Amino acid sequence: MTSSSTGGYKTQKSWKDWLPKDISILMVLLGTALIFEILGWFIAGQSFIFNTQRLTIIILQMSIIGIIAIGVTQIIIMAGIDLSSGSMLAFTGLVAASLAQTSDYTRAVYPALTDMPVLVPIVAGILMGFVLGGVNGGLIAYSGIPPFIATLGMLVAARGLARWYTSGSQVSFFIDDYAILGSGIIPVIIFLTTAMAFHLLLRYTRYGRYTYAIGSNEQAARVAGINIRAHKLLVYTLAGGLYGLAAVVETSRTLTAQSGAGMLYELDAIAAVVIGGTSLMGGKGRITGTIIGVCILGVITSGFTFLGIGSFYTNIVKGIIIVAAVVADQYRNNNNGDR
Amino acid sequence: MNNQDDIILRTDNLTKRYGGVHALEEANFTLKKGEHVAIVGDNGAGKSTFVRQITGVEQPTSGDIFFEGKRVEFNSPLEAREAGIESVFQDLALCNDLDVPSNLFLGREELLFKFGPFSILDEKKMMRKAKEVLERTAIKIPNLSNHVGDMSGGQRQCVAISRSASFASKLIIMDEPTAALGVQETTQVENIIRGLKDQGVPLILISHNLRQVFNLVDKIWVFRRGRIVGEVIASETDGNEIVSMITGMQGGVHEKASYI
Repeated sequence: MTSSSTGGYKTQKSWKDWLPKDISILMVLLGTALIFEILGWFIAGQSFIFNTQRLTIIILQMSIIGIIAIGVTQIIIMAGIDLSSGSMLAFTGLVAASLAQTSDYTRAVYPALTDMPVLVPIVAGILMGFVLGGVNGGLIAYSGIPPFIATLGMLVAARGLARWYTSGSQVSFFIDDYAILGSGIIPVIIFLTTAMAFHLLLRYTRYGRYTYAIGSNEQAARVAGINIRAHKLLVYTLAGGLYGLAAVVETSRTLTAQSGAGMLYELDAIAAVVIGGTSLMGGKGRITGTIIGVCILGVITSGFTFLGIGSFYTNIVKGIIIVAAVVADQYRNNNNGDR
Repeated sequence: MNNQDDIILRTDNLTKRYGGVHALEEANFTLKKGEHVAIVGDNGAGKSTFVRQITGVEQPTSGDIFFEGKRVEFNSPLEAREAGIESVFQDLALCNDLDVPSNLFLGREELLFKFGPFSILDEKKMMRKAKEVLERTAIKIPNLSNHVGDMSGGQRQCVAISRSASFASKLIIMDEPTAALGVQETTQVENIIRGLKDQGVPLILISHNLRQVFNLVDKIWVFRRGRIVGEVIASETDGNEIVSMITGMQGGVHEKASYI
């Protein structure tokens, strides 16, 4: 035991208090990868894991969902939910992309706004994310609409905005600098940096403390004097900014923005968060768990493609895993008393 | 009338209506410095409503609250807390997923670096202060880093009470602090309350347990159907009289038995 004991009170967590939760999720990740590795040798006759190209693709695909999932993690810790991330990604991606076009292309969305510094589309995409996230947060915090309904509305509305913005047409032909964001392992670096930042935010700041407190017992947080409304607004707004960031990375990686982008990303993100051990009941969860959850989803998606199994099977399995993760969470809660 | 300087809390005609429901009608209440009083009454008598008005959880429909001689209007529990009114709520108001120091300091964290919501928490300082506070109450909590939800009812109640008692408060309000506790845990909580009396911290106790009320307080305020129907010195009355006032009837044996 590494815990110290002073004056009759233990003041530190023993390593056993915090290790097992993430370790168990990590074991699931390793187990999943191992299953595909074994199946790979039997069915496809080659290694699943030890293939640099495949690993790169998995990691790149996961980065986008990962950035979204970070935003969703803090929302779910606060006992909220956000169904609008995929639609918001499509719209914010289009906004960013429309400001990232080169003047060589004659049919740019804004012919007068081409060849701008790369910071402009990036900031615009993230800002638009803040705005839509702020609308989510504002509705939830100030009108008392349940998060499920408010963000369901945003899911539909943001998709509509995306179609309206360019009348349904794609946006591409970007300036060279914009493409850099999605090239190589830069998406992974952006994902991990964001994850680190939000891990620190949730763990060491008032922002994180209040997020957990509200998710754990909103009434208690209110009587403790926390400004619940302002905090909810802030959390949803920051999440929106992350979706905007994810949109910038995605459009930069695929070199195109379209109104149909990010379809069902919201469910992948929620799945990653739940698989990563964050409780839908609120109050519990960690960014580290979400990172592993994102990896598990990535391995499953990639593994099914690798084995040549159709994408509908992937969705069935994903569905089962999400439900299993929630059941496991409830089981854990029931074992911990009447919470 | 009492000497104004002695009075810490006074309400004048405090009234709260929810639509057509008169939850609290013209309550005139006074509390002297260092005094421990109980509020008793049947369910729906207006006890909790009264407390919600003076702790800023709700705002009264009409009437005035005077705290330390000044008229106050609390728009939130935080404002009441900042004025020095601390409450321990019936439902404990703890965050089960946070540890003891996080709960003790919720809403008034010690900070290493101040930057709005992104202020960095001084966890070591909070842990150290939490230890000091809990050592004073002589409550045994094996590991302060454990989540409060993993603790027993008594330990949780002690955390909740310590939170109120530890912030140099001028008035503490407890709503059924021992309702869910076992005999031993109840004794511990009662000891904390006696400690507050010795420290001269005034207390309003809401309790259904008349034995406890008679053991702990100087004065008993009786509420019935949203009105204050009596104010009696604890040592000058008995359970019979209180029960009669609570029920509005000359106390029969059965009612008395059910209350004591």
